[in-house]
Amino acid sequence: MSAPAMPDKVAGVIPVKFEKFGLRHYLICLKGVVLRECLRFLHQRERFISSLVRPLIWLFIFAAGFRQVLGVSIIPPYKTYVLYEVYITPGLCGMILLFSGMQSSLSMVYDREMGNMRTLLVSPFPRWFLLVSKMLAGVSVSIAQVYAFLIVAWFWGVKAPPIGYLTVLPALFLSGMMLCALGMLLSSMIKQLENFAGIMNFVIFPGYFASPALYPLWRIQEASPLLHKICLANPFTYAVELIRFAFYGQIEWLSLGVVAGCTVLFLAAAIIAYDPSRGLVTRKQDTGGNG
Amino acid sequence: MQHVRTSGPGDQVAALDVAAVSHSYGSKPALNDVSFSIAPATFTVLLGLNGAGKTTLFSLISHLYDTRRGSIRIFGHDVSRASGEALRRVGIVFQARTLDLDLSVHQNLSYHAALHGIGGREARQRIAALLDIVDMPGRQHDKARSLSGGQMRRIEIARALLHRPSLLLLDEATVGLDIQSRAGILATIRKLVETEGIGVLWATHLIDEVDDGDHVVVLRQGELVAKGKVADVVRTSGAGSIRDAFSRLSGIEAAGTAELSP
Repeated sequence: MSAPAMPDKVAGVIPVKFEKFGLRHYLICLKGVVLRECLRFLHQRERFISSLVRPLIWLFIFAAGFRQVLGVSIIPPYKTYVLYEVYITPGLCGMILLFSGMQSSLSMVYDREMGNMRTLLVSPFPRWFLLVSKMLAGVSVSIAQVYAFLIVAWFWGVKAPPIGYLTVLPALFLSGMMLCALGMLLSSMIKQLENFAGIMNFVIFPGYFASPALYPLWRIQEASPLLHKICLANPFTYAVELIRFAFYGQIEWLSLGVVAGCTVLFLAAAIIAYDPSRGLVTRKQDTGGNG
Repeated sequence: MQHVRTSGPGDQVAALDVAAVSHSYGSKPALNDVSFSIAPATFTVLLGLNGAGKTTLFSLISHLYDTRRGSIRIFGHDVSRASGEALRRVGIVFQARTLDLDLSVHQNLSYHAALHGIGGREARQRIAALLDIVDMPGRQHDKARSLSGGQMRRIEIARALLHRPSLLLLDEATVGLDIQSRAGILATIRKLVETEGIGVLWATHLIDEVDDGDHVVVLRQGELVAKGKVADVVRTSGAGSIRDAFSRLSGIEAAGTAELSP
């Protein structure tokens, strides 16, 4: 190996004085975490394709098949009868965010098992900031997937008002944050990668089907009052409604409150879970070494 | 608030000060009342067989685990109470490979630089300089997946040095590498101690990685059983060599000494 010649020599035995972290350093860190997530996503083409194919199957096949069976009456925010494809599009956007949020949870468990998580957790930035950065990275990738889906849906003839593609962005962002925060919290509880199948069965499927993503809540209430109550207790219900109203430039205040509240709650719980002094993660995990 | 322990005039702040540290996983003890310190610009070998507590100690020093009993200070900064200040001064090479295999060398290193608030041109310059130091010049665009085990280790060492730490922790950094790669990596790290004044804590169970001039800390089943310069440890253990001393201190008989070599 060649003789070391450090770019800026460490001053002998005197510890180097470090510049105090300012906003610029925080932004560099945030950008680095988001960029890495985006690069990983781009390198995993199968992940991108499957994230797009899943909602498109629902749109092209399921919605076409059920259009005649599942009639949708005029309910807010719609002012006229809408095609079933139009009705389920916000739910499918929510589905992408839900799967993506859980995918980022899976990615954190994978990172932890492979050791990559350690490189994040030994950064000198505050742990809460690192986790929020990781969450924002996950949300950025989720939103890109939603817009890719909306472009294909547009060509299929499923169109929202043009301004809706802009007004839905904050709703997608907030809902994505909530679902990523939930994913992060779950990742702190999953001991092994193999246990992720449980998330599919106990979180994704119940969360998705017990919501107005595929059918209006009044229909569920007619079918089963108990199921209706379960739907009302499901945070994903409010994410879907927030997105639905945002497509038409409206704010559904209850949904906004629930989604924002759940985001704060899930995020706070995830930060506690990843805190080395209080968290679940370090108690459950070994560090991958055997020394 | 700064959590820096000030020493008296003329006293040198230890690069690493581990004081009465104990840790357990549930009811299973992993470390028991471990205390030692390492001076800046010294090469200290943390010796111990598998299960001795080396990786647990590394996890405590790097704040992956919280230190519940005892205290750990890096250049005077308490790891629990001022973890940010402490972690800025330490570079870590973990035992398990931690490069992202889907990304290039440059992308891996840039990510780490960002995690220390270093971006743009400064990050690029440091990456290029450090790749020279670890003898991998111009390999920025290679995929991490395409590198050999030894090359990955060199990249991980470059990554650990990116933020110019004053203390470097390496946990079994040569495990799984061939003799040539091991010797090259060890020589690079020793050179950094001499030329850059970096303090190094090198965890290993391979006794042939210890030099006569090194300091050693020997762990056995979570207990610290010896510490000091090699000659002192050999003398106090009543052995003829550091290999014999480690065998005695670790409680392994002659038949078990094969484990001490690669």
